[in-house]
Amino acid sequence: MPVAASAIYFLNLRGDVLINRLYRDDVGGNMVDAFRMHIMQTKELGTCPVRQIGGCSFFYMRISNVYIVIVVSSNANVACAFKFVVEAVNLFKSYFGGAFDEDAIRNNFVLIYELLDEIMDFGYPQNLSPEILKLYITQEGVRSPFSSKAAERPVPNATLQVTGAVGWRREGLVYKKNEVFLDIVESVNLLMSSKGSVLRCDVTGKILMKCFLSGMPDLKLGLNDKIGLEKESQIKSRPTKSGKTIELDDVTFHQCVNLTRFNSEKTVSFVPPDGEFELMKYRITEGVNLPFRVLPTIKELGRTRMEVNVKVKSVFGAKMFALGVVVKIPVPKQTAKTSFQVTSGRAKYNASIDCLVWKIRKFPGQTEPTLSAEVELISTMAEKKSWTRPPIQMEFQVPMFTASGLRVRFLKVWEKSGYNTVEWVRYITKAGSYEIRC
Amino acid sequence: MSGHDSKYFSTTKKGEIPELKEELNSQYKDKRKDAVKKVIAAMTVGKDVSSLFTDVVNCMQTENLELKKLVYLYLINYAKSQPDLAILAVNTFVKDSQDPNPLIRALAVRTMGCIRVDKITEYLCDPLQRCLKDDDPYVRKTAAICVAKLYDINAELVEDRGFLEALKDLISDNNPMVVANAVAALAEIQEHSSKPVFEITSHTLSKLLTALNECTEWGQVFILDALSKYRAADAREAENIVERVTPRLQHANCAVVLSAVKMILQQMELITSTDVVRNLCKKMAPPLVTLLSAEPEIQYVALRNINLIVQKRPTILAHEIKVFFCKYNDPIYVKMEKLEIMIKLASDRNIDQVLLEFKEYATEVDVDFVRKAVRAIGRCAIKLERAAERCISVLLELIKIKVNYVVQEAIIVIKDIFRRYPNTYESIIATLCESLDTLDEPEAKASMIWIIGEYAERIDNADELLESFLESFPEEPAQVQLQLLTATVKLFLKKPTEGPQQMIQVVLNNATVETDNPDLRDRAYIYWRLLSTDPEAAKDVVLAEKPVISDDSNQLDPSLLDELLANIATLSSVYHKPPEAFVTRVKTSQRTEEDDFADGSETGNSESPAYAPDSSTSPPASSSSAQYAGRQAVAAPAASAAPALVPDLLDLGLDNSSAIVSVDQPATPAGPPLPVLLPAATGQGLQISAQLVRRDGQIFYSMLFENNSQIPLDGFMIQFNKNTFGLAAGGPLQVPQLQPGTSASTLLPMVLHQNISPGPPSTLLQVAVKNNQQPVWYFSDAVSFLVFFAEDGKMERSTFLETWKSLPDSNEVSKDFPGIVMNSVEVTLDRLAASNMFFIAKRKHANQEVLYLSTKIPRGVPFLIEITAVIGIPGLKCAIKTPSPEMAPLFFEALENLLKS
Repeated sequence: MPVAASAIYFLNLRGDVLINRLYRDDVGGNMVDAFRMHIMQTKELGTCPVRQIGGCSFFYMRISNVYIVIVVSSNANVACAFKFVVEAVNLFKSYFGGAFDEDAIRNNFVLIYELLDEIMDFGYPQNLSPEILKLYITQEGVRSPFSSKAAERPVPNATLQVTGAVGWRREGLVYKKNEVFLDIVESVNLLMSSKGSVLRCDVTGKILMKCFLSGMPDLKLGLNDKIGLEKESQIKSRPTKSGKTIELDDVTFHQCVNLTRFNSEKTVSFVPPDGEFELMKYRITEGVNLPFRVLPTIKELGRTRMEVNVKVKSVFGAKMFALGVVVKIPVPKQTAKTSFQVTSGRAKYNASIDCLVWKIRKFPGQTEPTLSAEVELISTMAEKKSWTRPPIQMEFQVPMFTASGLRVRFLKVWEKSGYNTVEWVRYITKAGSYEIRC
Repeated sequence: MSGHDSKYFSTTKKGEIPELKEELNSQYKDKRKDAVKKVIAAMTVGKDVSSLFTDVVNCMQTENLELKKLVYLYLINYAKSQPDLAILAVNTFVKDSQDPNPLIRALAVRTMGCIRVDKITEYLCDPLQRCLKDDDPYVRKTAAICVAKLYDINAELVEDRGFLEALKDLISDNNPMVVANAVAALAEIQEHSSKPVFEITSHTLSKLLTALNECTEWGQVFILDALSKYRAADAREAENIVERVTPRLQHANCAVVLSAVKMILQQMELITSTDVVRNLCKKMAPPLVTLLSAEPEIQYVALRNINLIVQKRPTILAHEIKVFFCKYNDPIYVKMEKLEIMIKLASDRNIDQVLLEFKEYATEVDVDFVRKAVRAIGRCAIKLERAAERCISVLLELIKIKVNYVVQEAIIVIKDIFRRYPNTYESIIATLCESLDTLDEPEAKASMIWIIGEYAERIDNADELLESFLESFPEEPAQVQLQLLTATVKLFLKKPTEGPQQMIQVVLNNATVETDNPDLRDRAYIYWRLLSTDPEAAKDVVLAEKPVISDDSNQLDPSLLDELLANIATLSSVYHKPPEAFVTRVKTSQRTEEDDFADGSETGNSESPAYAPDSSTSPPASSSSAQYAGRQAVAAPAASAAPALVPDLLDLGLDNSSAIVSVDQPATPAGPPLPVLLPAATGQGLQISAQLVRRDGQIFYSMLFENNSQIPLDGFMIQFNKNTFGLAAGGPLQVPQLQPGTSASTLLPMVLHQNISPGPPSTLLQVAVKNNQQPVWYFSDAVSFLVFFAEDGKMERSTFLETWKSLPDSNEVSKDFPGIVMNSVEVTLDRLAASNMFFIAKRKHANQEVLYLSTKIPRGVPFLIEITAVIGIPGLKCAIKTPSPEMAPLFFEALENLLKS
């Protein structure tokens, strides 16, 4: 049964109800007490997001300082429920203009109730596109005080658009300047052993799009991925130009992309929503260009002293540079004193996370700064167990670099009126979970 | 564009409700709207604002859509508590359902469907009929869901008024969202109906598959879930369906992907071509892996499902084991599930890598995770013969770290490895023995003791090692005691020298005389008899070769697995339990083997080996198969030991009356053993157990006399002291002469109201028993109030009400039982009825169940009982009204004992 929820609660960290909406009669009104008693006030919290208490099941997620709890008593679709929560939070964020937290909820509770009524009916998720909902669920603050009748005036076609085949874009948009911004954002996930061999490495990328296009445009995106190129060369019966092709392990698309056409023709074609959205996500495991290599040597000298040497090598082009590089090197809890030498950036000891934190604001390609530190430990008798070394973690952003080598080959825009569009493409690679064991 | 609604939560403490009432009736629109917002805010924080019902409903007649929605929201919450007033709203609803604005039409129908009041439902039919045929798709899609709502309230009405046909027509609607909602509604109705409501034909199938392309993401989920029940006619049709569903695997919505996977897996069953199947497996792998980059909660759902999928089709993710490597910052529930899947995917090809990972995890911080990682190494050893040696060397390395819980966990799994590969790796026992002193967990201790006993002949100082455990025998947990017993017997059989012989005396004495644990006592007696009658037979039994175990732990039964796969993405697939096991409302055909699946604790972690107390030759094994094997091993000795149970073969110099009683006294009523009131130690060898019971409307004193003295006893007589109820013997005590070592039981009829003791009611019953050989024995018993409840205590509803009203309030007494949980109304009622408390009526108040019962004690004194509890939540309140309120404490005490057990 695709039912996703019988009731939904928004609770703050103390367990006070911020919002509650019952969609079905099969769960009691104060099941939230059970949640508070059996999950929030116990060690269970955070051990499993799906729990059964009595005859009801609870799914919960924490988002900033709010718990969103879904209660069901039937064999509900859990995947659907969690995805609904994620999408609903995105929707609320889009309405509140950013933050989703306890204050935002309290300040907008009437609106949230209104939205909750609209986006789910009898436990079945309905249209959650912010774009469309904003057509007819508006905020008091947005409306001009002189036209208090605004809400009563039926928005032309609003209902048709909610249910329409293009349920994510409204009609009649006009822009003076037609522009499209494409951001290719890649996160590199790496797990490297202390000996420098790659245990796991993959790139999860997403293509974010910001569209300011008039009318109902049809877009087609071309990438330098292998399958797409092969298909193209088949159709045009001419060999592809030499150059790097990328093999995507998997792609998922925003609901606007015609999946059947992608399956048969391997082209990404779509009518985009207005404004910002995530067009597609992809994953690559082969041929990843790691932007950084980390070479740690950590020596324990007796019981009270440690010597830490870390060399970080940037392996991207010399003309490029990385921003906001942070290297977190874990040290034991009983660290007493540290002293550093770094060839670039600044380092300090952060006791709250038990790490040496080395920050380099601007990190050019093809360089290899080092950090050497001496760590003095308080000798403790109790701690017989040898120190379990958590991995070194790294954060960074490298603009104009893709770890996968993915490139946008073209973005074509067709619209009846035949206007010209300007396309902007940016690339950036970030650290996902970039871990080096030591 | 953030709002400022938080001001509505601030309240003026004094006279809040009257103040709101005034504002709601204000002549100014804005003030009224603000007031309604305040009411909703109060409702949200849990205040009862139902008294404002009329005032809020009066605001309903408004042009302002926002205000209207707020009033509707209020109605949904409170209409049920004010059904008579709710009717006031009907007119507006009906009017709104004909409004020119489709949003308002839809809103009216949607809200009416949420108000579960019969009177409103009656008026819903006409608007709903209209809306199902509305021009606007938005109204139709809302009406479609509303039919499901109505069906939930009144199924007959839906069938009679032809709504089902209207709904089926919507499947052919030209709007995809209407189609999707109609499908969802039909699928739900079908689930609760025994009649065929929504049968998917190949025609509807192809129509719906086409609609799939145009639906919203959620609509795709509804349709895919409904279609997954479709059975294709042949392989060709199945292939066609799959071909049209596979593009969905690329969807960004995880629910769409999982529903598509579910449908593909269903159809794959029919596909015969191995090429097609292989190809499909290849296509499904990447989307499944991609789910692991979603939010952790979604990852968890995905991992629980992947666990099922790899059991059915191991090839799908055979090459993807790396994606299940745990990230340092993964939440613990994700790590645990990944580990489980890694074990399933481990093979000779990737085991080296996997072992490196497990070893890494075994040094992390979270204790539960570390334990699971160590256990995982053991399970890989059992699963992959060629890798066993490497696994063991990793375990030994871990033992050397000397982290206590790692060592203990390692020993538990090594015991299983010994079972799997007998006579292969015993050389490591010496290393294990070094860690002996650090063991403090029962399972680890039991495992180590099992190892010592099993390999006693190879461990030079096995007797010393075991002896060190024996000192604390009485304090050990049952699990360890059982193992110590078995291990000592093994040691004795292998090395029948003086040391072990003394040890076995100590152990057998401890395990028979000194213990209250029947399992331990029984096992000890069996060993004892075996050893004293035929040591060779004992060897055959105790040292029998054990069946080799294999690792199929956490593997589900194939038929269950298929059922769970048909439920991918739902709770059932997360709990790894069929829906009937946790959903009470399903009306589909009843399953009989419901309780077969003990697997899967509430947390959803299936790793919870229930300790089988009966595995005698092997300690409770860490994997389920080992447990099973252990049980088999027991079955054989038990059977061969059976003849030895004939009592006269034994001359153990011990009274084993407890074992014999059941043979001698077939007349003893079955049921739980009677509580011992006069222990043998006090009664110079005479032991008396007794309890008041009620049988066929008569109270009896059920007694058991056991003569553990050296002399025959006769001439038993009994006398009761004055007591609250005036209980006294209704006849002479009829007990025959008791020979030493025998026992006798009797039912002594009791009469009431004989020697009533004054003073406050008490359950104390003092008894004196004498015989011709011994002095008079005095002991006291506690009367269970339950025995007085008469069989004719059932009342008519009307009598109940009258009696309740006729009694003054001062006769009402109530008590809370915070520790009692009512898990099911039926079970509780059955239990109460068994004690002659009769069910009168029940009602639901919010989520509380309120039960009314009656009972009667002698002299026709009625007890009217009201029990209030929330199903599944500890805390139960009981109020009683009776002409004899002084009996209330006794009543509550009895009720608590009854419900607690």
